Amino acid sequence: MDNQQNVLLDVEKLHTGYRLQGEFYDAADGIGFTLKCNEILAIVGESGCGKSTIVSSIVGLYDRKNTRVEGEIRYKNLNLVNLSEDLFNQVRGNNIGMIFQDPMASLNPLMKVGDQVAEALLYHTDMNKQQRRDRVIELFNQVGMPKPEAMYDMYPHELSGGLRQRVVIAMAVACKPEIIIADEPTTALDVTIQAQILDLLKKIQKESDSGIILITHDLGVVAETADEVAVMYAGQIVEKADVKTLFTHPLHPYTRSLLNSIPQSDGDKDDLHVIQGTVPSLKNMPRTGDRFAARIPWIPAEAHEVDPQLHEVEPNHFVRCTCWKTFHFQDEG
Amino acid sequence: MWKTVLRRVLIMIPQLILLSIIVFMLAKMMPGDPFTGLINPNSSPKEIARLKQAYGLNDPVPVQYVRWIKNLLHGDLGQSYIQHVPVASLIADRAQNTFWLSLLSTIFLYGIAIPMGISAGKHEGEWQDRAISVFNYVTYAIPGFVFYLLGLWLFGFTLGWFPISGTVAANASGFWGVFFSRLQHMILPAILYAIIATTGTVQYLRTGIIDNKVEDYVKTARSKGVPEKVVFNKHILRNSFLPIAAFMGNTITGLLGGSLIIETVFSFPGMGKLFLDSISQRDYTTLTALIMIFGTLTLLGNLLSDIIMSLVDPRIRVK
Ligand SMILES: Nc1ncnc2c1ncn2[C@@H]1O[C@H](COP(=O)(O)OP(=O)(O)O)[C@@H](O)[C@H]1O
Ligand SMILES: [Mg+2]
Repeated sequence: MDNQQNVLLDVEKLHTGYRLQGEFYDAADGIGFTLKCNEILAIVGESGCGKSTIVSSIVGLYDRKNTRVEGEIRYKNLNLVNLSEDLFNQVRGNNIGMIFQDPMASLNPLMKVGDQVAEALLYHTDMNKQQRRDRVIELFNQVGMPKPEAMYDMYPHELSGGLRQRVVIAMAVACKPEIIIADEPTTALDVTIQAQILDLLKKIQKESDSGIILITHDLGVVAETADEVAVMYAGQIVEKADVKTLFTHPLHPYTRSLLNSIPQSDGDKDDLHVIQGTVPSLKNMPRTGDRFAARIPWIPAEAHEVDPQLHEVEPNHFVRCTCWKTFHFQDEG
Repeated sequence: MWKTVLRRVLIMIPQLILLSIIVFMLAKMMPGDPFTGLINPNSSPKEIARLKQAYGLNDPVPVQYVRWIKNLLHGDLGQSYIQHVPVASLIADRAQNTFWLSLLSTIFLYGIAIPMGISAGKHEGEWQDRAISVFNYVTYAIPGFVFYLLGLWLFGFTLGWFPISGTVAANASGFWGVFFSRLQHMILPAILYAIIATTGTVQYLRTGIIDNKVEDYVKTARSKGVPEKVVFNKHILRNSFLPIAAFMGNTITGLLGGSLIIETVFSFPGMGKLFLDSISQRDYTTLTALIMIFGTLTLLGNLLSDIIMSLVDPRIRVK
C-alpha cells in the first residue's frame, strides 16, 4: 500500500546529541518515520521529549559545534544529515518551509512584515522587486490577511498574534515548499485563534499537496488536524499509527496516559488523570530499559522488555515495548 | 513624526526656563559682580554704586532675570570679567576647537569600538572575545588622566611624534598647512580619548549581538534560506545597534561639550578647558554661560537621541 513515489521525507535511525560538559547526550535517540505528500504527520509528546530536536536536525538549524547528528534524513536523493550550510540554505525556505511557536518573537521587529516574507523569495526565485511585492500580497490574501496591500508595510508590533502567525505561514509557503514543518504553531495563541490557524494549515496543505510535520504537545490539536501520529517520549517514538487508530485503540501506556489527561468537555472532572513525575532531563535520561517505566511504577518490571523495540502490532500501528499488553492505570487496581 | 518632534521641542521650553532660573540664581549667589577686577581698586564706593545703578544691578531680581534672558536670546552672554572680551565670542572660538577635536575623537571611537564589539560578539568565548575583554578591563580600570598623561609623555615628549599642546603650529600657513597642523595637534588626544572611551560601546554591541543571535527571528531568517552573512548583517547587527543609537544624540551634542580632562592635559583651548579655567579664575559670566549651554546641549541631545531612535526603531515611532 505504501507508494514510494509519494514519500517526501524518510527519516531513519536519527540520533541527535547535544554536547553537555564535553559529552554528547542523544536528545533524539533512534528516530524513524516517513512523511508523504498530502499528509499531516503529527509528532506529539510532552515538552522536553525531543520534538524540536528532530525539527532542527531536519533543517540544519543546530549549532554545529555542540550538536552531533547521525542517521539518515532522505529528501529526494539528498541526505540532509550534516549537509553543508550552503546546501541547507538552498533547501530551507525553498523545499522546506518552517513555522515556529511564538509569532511575537519569530519576526524581526525592525523590518516590515512584507519585506520579511519577500526575503524568502529573494534567495529562491529570480523575481524582481515588484514581482516579489505582488507575490507577497497574493500570499497575504491566501493566508487570510485583511487588507493585504496595507499589511505589506506594517511592522510586526502593529499586528496581533494571530496575524503575525499568518505572516509567518505566508513566509513558510512563499516558495511553495513540498514540506512544511510547524513546531508548536498554535501554542502561543489564544484558543479561538488556534482553530483558525489550524484550519489555515489544513487548507494550505490541500491546495499545495504538500506534506506537513506538525509538532505539538496538545492531543486536541492532533485530533483536529493530523492524518498520522507519532507519539514521542524521552527521545524515542513509542507509538505510531493513523490518527483514528491512535485515538480509538491507543496501546502504549504513555499514549493512553496522555489521552487520559485531556479534559473531556462532557467528562467528569475527577476522572482527569495526571501523569506522575516529569520527562527526565537530557543528562538523566535512562539509556537502557523502558524509559517510561519510572512514571508507571505500579507496573512490575517483568512487564517491560529489557531492550524495548518498536513492534508493528497491526499494519501501520507500531508500539514500543510489550508492557502495553498488561498495562492498567493505577486506580484500576 | 514631525508632530512628535514639535511636541518634544515644546516640552523643552519649560525645562529650559527652569534651567535658566537655576543658573541665574546660582550666578546671583556667587561672590563678586561684573566689576570685580574690572575697576580700579581705588574707585570710591560712590563710583561703584553709580556703576551698579547704571548696569541695573540694583533692580529687583526678576527684572534682572528678564533682562538676562533677553540678552541671552540676542546672543549676548555678557562680558568675561577676566579676559575682557564678550563671552559669546570667547565661547564661539573654543566651541569650534572642541567640535573638531570631538568629531575626530568620535570617529576614532566608533572606528575602534564597533569592529571590536562585533568581533567579540561574533566570537563569543573564543580568543578574540577574551582578548577584547582584557582590553576592556584595562581601559576601564585606568583613570583617564593617567592614561592621557602616559600617552602625552610617551608619544609627545619622549618620541616626539605629536605636538604636546595647543591647536595649531605658529608657523603653519596656507589652508592645507593649517589644516594638517590642526590635525596633527588633535590626533594624539583624539586617539587616546577614543581608546579609553570604547568600553561602553564595545560592551553594548557585544551583548546585543550575543542576545540577538539566539532570538527566534534569527532562526526564522535562517529557515528562509538567508545566507549566514546576510543573517548577521541585516538581522542580528541592525538589532544590536539599537542601544548605541539610543545614545547617539547625546554623543553628537556632546561634541560641543568637550572633555575637561583631555583638554586640560593637552592644554587644548576648548570648551572643557574653558570651563575649568572659568572656575579657577572665578570668571562667573563665562561659567554661567557655559552651564547654560551644557544644560541646553543635554536637553537637545536627549531630543536628538529620541528622534534617532524613532527613525531606526519602528516600535518607538509615534504617529
Ligand atoms: N541546544 C541544546 N543543548 C543542550 N540540550 C538541549 C538543546 N536543545 C534541547 N536540549 C535538550 O534536549 C531535550 C529535548 O529538547 P527539545 O527537542 O527542545 O524537546 P521538545 O521540543 O519536545 O520540548 C531537552 O532535555 C532539552 O533540554
Ligand atoms: Mg519544542
